[in-house]
Amino acid sequence: MIAIVDYGMGNVASVRAAFEKLGYQVVVTDDHQLLREASHLILPGVGSFQAAMAEIEERNLKQLLIQLAKSKPFLGICLGMQLLFEEGTEGGHSSGLGLIPGKVTRIQTPYILPHIGWNQLTVTDLVPSFQDFNEAFVYFVHTFAAETAANYIVATADYGTDVTAIVRNKNIYGIQFHPEKSADIGSRIIKTFLNEVQV
Amino acid sequence: MIAKRIISCLDVKDGEVVKGTNFVGLRALGDPVEMAKGYSKAGADEIVFLDISATHEARDTIIDIVKDTARQVHVPFTVGGGVRSIADVNRLLQAGADKVGINSAAVTNPELITAAAERFGSQCIVVAIDAKKFADGWHVMTHGGRKDTGIDALQWAIEAETRGAGEILLTSVDTDGVKSGFDLALTTAVVQRVKIPVIASGGVGHPDHFAEVFKATDVSAGLAASIFHEQTFSIQAVKQSCREQGVLVREA
Repeated sequence: MIAIVDYGMGNVASVRAAFEKLGYQVVVTDDHQLLREASHLILPGVGSFQAAMAEIEERNLKQLLIQLAKSKPFLGICLGMQLLFEEGTEGGHSSGLGLIPGKVTRIQTPYILPHIGWNQLTVTDLVPSFQDFNEAFVYFVHTFAAETAANYIVATADYGTDVTAIVRNKNIYGIQFHPEKSADIGSRIIKTFLNEVQV
Repeated sequence: MIAKRIISCLDVKDGEVVKGTNFVGLRALGDPVEMAKGYSKAGADEIVFLDISATHEARDTIIDIVKDTARQVHVPFTVGGGVRSIADVNRLLQAGADKVGINSAAVTNPELITAAAERFGSQCIVVAIDAKKFADGWHVMTHGGRKDTGIDALQWAIEAETRGAGEILLTSVDTDGVKSGFDLALTTAVVQRVKIPVIASGGVGHPDHFAEVFKATDVSAGLAASIFHEQTFSIQAVKQSCREQGVLVREA
């Protein structure tokens, strides 16, 4: 059973549907016991970094998520991906989950923000199975992005600067764009994550 | 690089997609969710539902449509039409809409843009502007393009951005339905004044009209409704035309 962490940041119907479409049983919950029992943890989210961390702490989820990320396949999507990092600067400085070194800052680009639309991935050689997605179009909506070391970066997108698109630290993955809104490619990316983290 | 977006717009009344927004001689075209799925499969980069229902009862049906679309359609979608309050925005987002379009209510109550952007984030707030050319410039029009508010459309676009809009859906009342192409002058004027994505709307009659607006302006997306419904030409025909003219579009 896959658990989508419910912490009040945005609707998760599409994320849920994306995993169900691949034949998985999905629960959307903030119940600690259910999260412990889950095979995979998905941290979605739309909104601001600071507000999201406040919601997570209000539900006493911070320490639990950090602990569970040591042993379970873990995927952060969009804001959920940003929360994997040590620090966010949206709405003032705040600490993230610290599961991947780095911080989340406003994108420095000559182009208009938010970065909205379908952009192409440039895939690094960190995780070979993601090579299939080099130059694939996926759907982004964000203004802030992760700054991290190259050894965590699976893919970037060119938006006047290299925007971090997919990251990995062991069993922990983060996807900045919306795979659940990225048509068939998005579904294949989720499947590749699930295959990669199979234990 | 980021691709130019081709957006398919569906006008929904009482739970059905209808042709035209003139409220006269509306023709039911089909089920909104099925049609959205069809356009998504056909390569549309985004779907817009414009709810033109007049009654509160009918407005509840759009919520069910949004819920089903969120589950079944795997491209982003925006819902607009009759959005008047924070509660309306919240209801649509909670049902699973990616973005909510605000039109007339933003004109009468600009504070709604500010409040919605603060509460839900700019990325999901689209301000729809219907503009018409007058001797002294473009005016913001309401009531389906029939009522002149006297407000300068370019100033209004800037204000919408300042208040936190994440995108502007710009419809030219002058070119809408004329099928001779997007309003290049209006689109250029707005794009030059804001730093958020602008979606051009109104006037498509040929696949090349998309490439035309993408080459002539820095607009982020083009939207069309009836020509796709009437199957005058397909989304793929538009994308093919864009590619031939060197405009980057998503392969799908």
